[in-house]
Amino acid sequence: MNDQRPLVIIIFIFLVGLVLLVKLFTIQVLDDSFMKKAERNAIQRIVDHPYRGLVYDRNGKLLVYNNPIFDLMIVPKEFQVGDTTRFLELFQISKEELIESYTAARKYSSVKPSTFIKQISTEDFARIQDFLIDYPGLFIMTRSVRSYPSPVASHALGYIGEISGRQLERDSSGYYRQGDYVGLSGMESYYEKELRGVKGVKYKMVNVRGIDKGPFKDGEYDTASVAGSNITSTIDLELQRYGELLLQGKTGSVVAIEPKTGEILAMISAPFYDPNGLTGADFSKNYQILNKEFSKPLFNRPIMAMYPPGSIFKIVQSLIGLQEGILVPSTTFACNKSLVACHNHPSPVDLFGAIRNSCNPYYHQAFRQIINQEKSPNTFVDTKIGLTSWREKVQKFGLGSTLGLDMNGERGGSIPSSAYYDKVYGEGRWKYSTIYSLSIGQGEMQVTPLQMANLAAIFANKGYYYTPHLVKAINGDKNNIPDEYLQRKDVGIDAKHFDLIQEAMAAALYGTANRAVMADLVIAGKTGTAQNPHGEDHSVFIAFAPKEDPKIAIAVYVENAGWGGRAAASTASLMIEKYIRKEVKRLDLENYVLAGNFIY
Amino acid sequence: MRGEADININRVDWPTVLIYFALVILGWINIYAAVYDSQNAKSIFDVSINSGIQLVWIGTAIAIIIVIMAADHRLFENLAIPIYLIFLVLLLLTPFIGKEVNGQILSIGFGSFRIQPGEFAKFATGLALAKVMERPTFDLSKGTYQLRAFAVLLIPVALIILQPDTGTAMVYFALLLMFYREGLPQYYFILGFGMVALTLLALGISNNIYLAIGIAVIIAILIMMGRKTPQRIIAFSLIGIGLIAYTYSLDFVLEKLPEHQQNRIMVLFDPDIDPLGVGWNVTQSKIAIGSGGLLGKGYLQGTQTKFDFVPEQHTDFIFCTLGEEFGWLGSLVVISLFVGLLYRLVIMAERQKNRFSRIYGYSVVSILLFHFMINIAMTIGLFPVVGIPLPFFSYGGSSLWSFTILLFVFIKMDSSRALQLGRLN
Repeated sequence: MNDQRPLVIIIFIFLVGLVLLVKLFTIQVLDDSFMKKAERNAIQRIVDHPYRGLVYDRNGKLLVYNNPIFDLMIVPKEFQVGDTTRFLELFQISKEELIESYTAARKYSSVKPSTFIKQISTEDFARIQDFLIDYPGLFIMTRSVRSYPSPVASHALGYIGEISGRQLERDSSGYYRQGDYVGLSGMESYYEKELRGVKGVKYKMVNVRGIDKGPFKDGEYDTASVAGSNITSTIDLELQRYGELLLQGKTGSVVAIEPKTGEILAMISAPFYDPNGLTGADFSKNYQILNKEFSKPLFNRPIMAMYPPGSIFKIVQSLIGLQEGILVPSTTFACNKSLVACHNHPSPVDLFGAIRNSCNPYYHQAFRQIINQEKSPNTFVDTKIGLTSWREKVQKFGLGSTLGLDMNGERGGSIPSSAYYDKVYGEGRWKYSTIYSLSIGQGEMQVTPLQMANLAAIFANKGYYYTPHLVKAINGDKNNIPDEYLQRKDVGIDAKHFDLIQEAMAAALYGTANRAVMADLVIAGKTGTAQNPHGEDHSVFIAFAPKEDPKIAIAVYVENAGWGGRAAASTASLMIEKYIRKEVKRLDLENYVLAGNFIY
Repeated sequence: MRGEADININRVDWPTVLIYFALVILGWINIYAAVYDSQNAKSIFDVSINSGIQLVWIGTAIAIIIVIMAADHRLFENLAIPIYLIFLVLLLLTPFIGKEVNGQILSIGFGSFRIQPGEFAKFATGLALAKVMERPTFDLSKGTYQLRAFAVLLIPVALIILQPDTGTAMVYFALLLMFYREGLPQYYFILGFGMVALTLLALGISNNIYLAIGIAVIIAILIMMGRKTPQRIIAFSLIGIGLIAYTYSLDFVLEKLPEHQQNRIMVLFDPDIDPLGVGWNVTQSKIAIGSGGLLGKGYLQGTQTKFDFVPEQHTDFIFCTLGEEFGWLGSLVVISLFVGLLYRLVIMAERQKNRFSRIYGYSVVSILLFHFMINIAMTIGLFPVVGIPLPFFSYGGSSLWSFTILLFVFIKMDSSRALQLGRLN
């Protein structure tokens, strides 16, 4: 009577097996989300942070190192406070803080360690470490923060900080994780890849309570961390320190370059800040303060501030004129003050006299000849042809675009193009009289102090430069530095034309910058004054020395300090003395600069 | 005596015995994996860990098998009712003399030797039902006989619920499958499945109003289709109202249940209902099995089952270890073994010459099928978490012994079927 029922039962049995297998197939084979969940459950990835590379100055003196800091960790379940009073005394916290920290740790986990007291100083660590054994559940975790034995060159060295959300998003390498430290400015940022090293990773297994159950697959996938490369900077610590001393209380920039290599010897942005403030736990607090400060200490003036080059640009004009054959040393123009204002000096002047006396009308007339070479009968078209050709030659001096310094944030300044004037005045509606202020480095031109120092290097080298850079060697090897810093760049001016320029620059010191003159060392220099519509003009000076075998080229800007022959020239001269003689003997001049009273 | 014939090796159904040993050994290997600690590795034979103890249980189970196979083939038929009564008494006594664990009193005994009468009573109930139902006049399509059969079934169930052990009590209802084979009318099952489906719908659909409308529409259609006599309309309407009332009462009943049981049911519909509570078991169990992939992580390489993410991993959740370390292929092997065993047992039951052996055979099929189905279904989230072991696989002496007795008493009956009197109706 029930013949078909056994069959129904057999079919049911197979159906049950089939349903289970299909469901198992979906969760085991088709759906891989469970594997990830299982890994998240049981496998902890522990990153072994590498030791960040150190930074040395050009003479091997330490500039940046890693300072160990100590976090006191707690495992609440194992923790026993014992004598509370003694505990509070030892760790120098209040009872409320103890309760608060303990509760917070407990809330996080009773078996996993969490931070109890952050960043204990080395001294406190030394004091408490012997007593730690009395407190089960407490242990020390060591981390390191950047530290600066001499608090100088903060802008050039830069700082590191926790990576931001935006940087994380842009990081295509996938190297960084939330909470990682990364170079945020200066060399720390530019040489991040070299300095950071390679993270190591340990995979360990944990059970359901988060307790360590040993390495995953016996450490098969673990990797050791590799310490970052040490970088030797081109900075001369003593020169940098001396320069910062001179610029104390002032606003301005100094860039000193070794002309033969393009190595930056000193790079100062005043006002400065203590780089030790932007490390560790106080980073955000101090950063906020610095960021709000009116004098903008975080602003990296040598590469970001832009000023019209002023009179110093007359040297570039002279060189272009000489190379073009438009000027010869004997070319003479009258100091015609109806063209452009000038100060009183003998007139007419030849080229030497024009540089030495910084004669404005001379360059007004010389520049007209450079621009209007009558390549077109139409003066508007002729000016345009002349400007385009002139601009190309100026750009070869490293002006109008970034030089390629190994630091992020470098600005390029500007050398106006004909397209610019077309836009402002309309095509065919501007001619030489519109643009004549370029002749004396005024008008729409802007250069950075770094570019000015590079100009000084070009004059010193008689026509070439190496891209200024801050890296001398990586891991002690000079060949590791980027190739572009080893390539000589010629500015397209024959070396012979520089002889007269150098002579004139050496002579220019007498009269315009008497204070800068050294009795036994020939400095070639040129003063400038960057006009400042907001107040007192900025004092500018470029120089190189010794004239016969230049070891240093320098540009100094002191803001609101008036005439270039005073603040800037004195500072430059002292730094030259410091670098070449290693010792400053002109204490009067030093005191004059330190006093900072340049306007009278 | 017919002792010689009673242990005729050639008549033993060897495929069944082989599958049994395959499952027992696979279970033992997986128990070792479940308790294995790589930082403190011990031998699989070490009796300080569960795999070592299980080996002792396996050894004693083999002794039990030998005793069963050597016994007189009529012994169990003759002792069916006394065995049943003894276990009823033991079940009755358990709450008084047993040991309390987690609010349940399941086991009796002394020292470390403890048995769970609830496990063994399945076998006793199967035997008793076979004995009661074997007479040719016993007809399950008739009310009085149905009443008798259900009485034998429900007495142990009532006693087990008192312990309280809902999971084990549920297993007894698996014997309905045997009733089905023996002629219990189909409308019982249609009604049963209908109610289960309605219950699941009522729990799964958050707003009962849709369900009520659905029931009303179906009842209305049924009324329209048949003759529209007043009695019929009233009868159908009352059924409809009753069903709607049932769906609404479920929420009420559910609220009355202890919270952990409520959650066990609700977690089926929403695994995230209580991810760290009852959802934890199912979620972690699925993660463990799901992370096994096709081929598994390799023996002793599982991380989820090793590090206690899955609770009860060596007993009720032993399938997780298998799924994690041997992957889908491991699942395939074990499920095939179970399906093969059950299929073989149906074939064996059908070839019995008397009704007693056949009924007992189907009891074995019913109980094993239920355990196998529910245990694995719960580990992969297809069924609420019910604390019942996977036969032959899970760790535990009572479990292994009771399933061994259950199975081998039938193998014994089957091996001596030539000696049975043909009494099939």
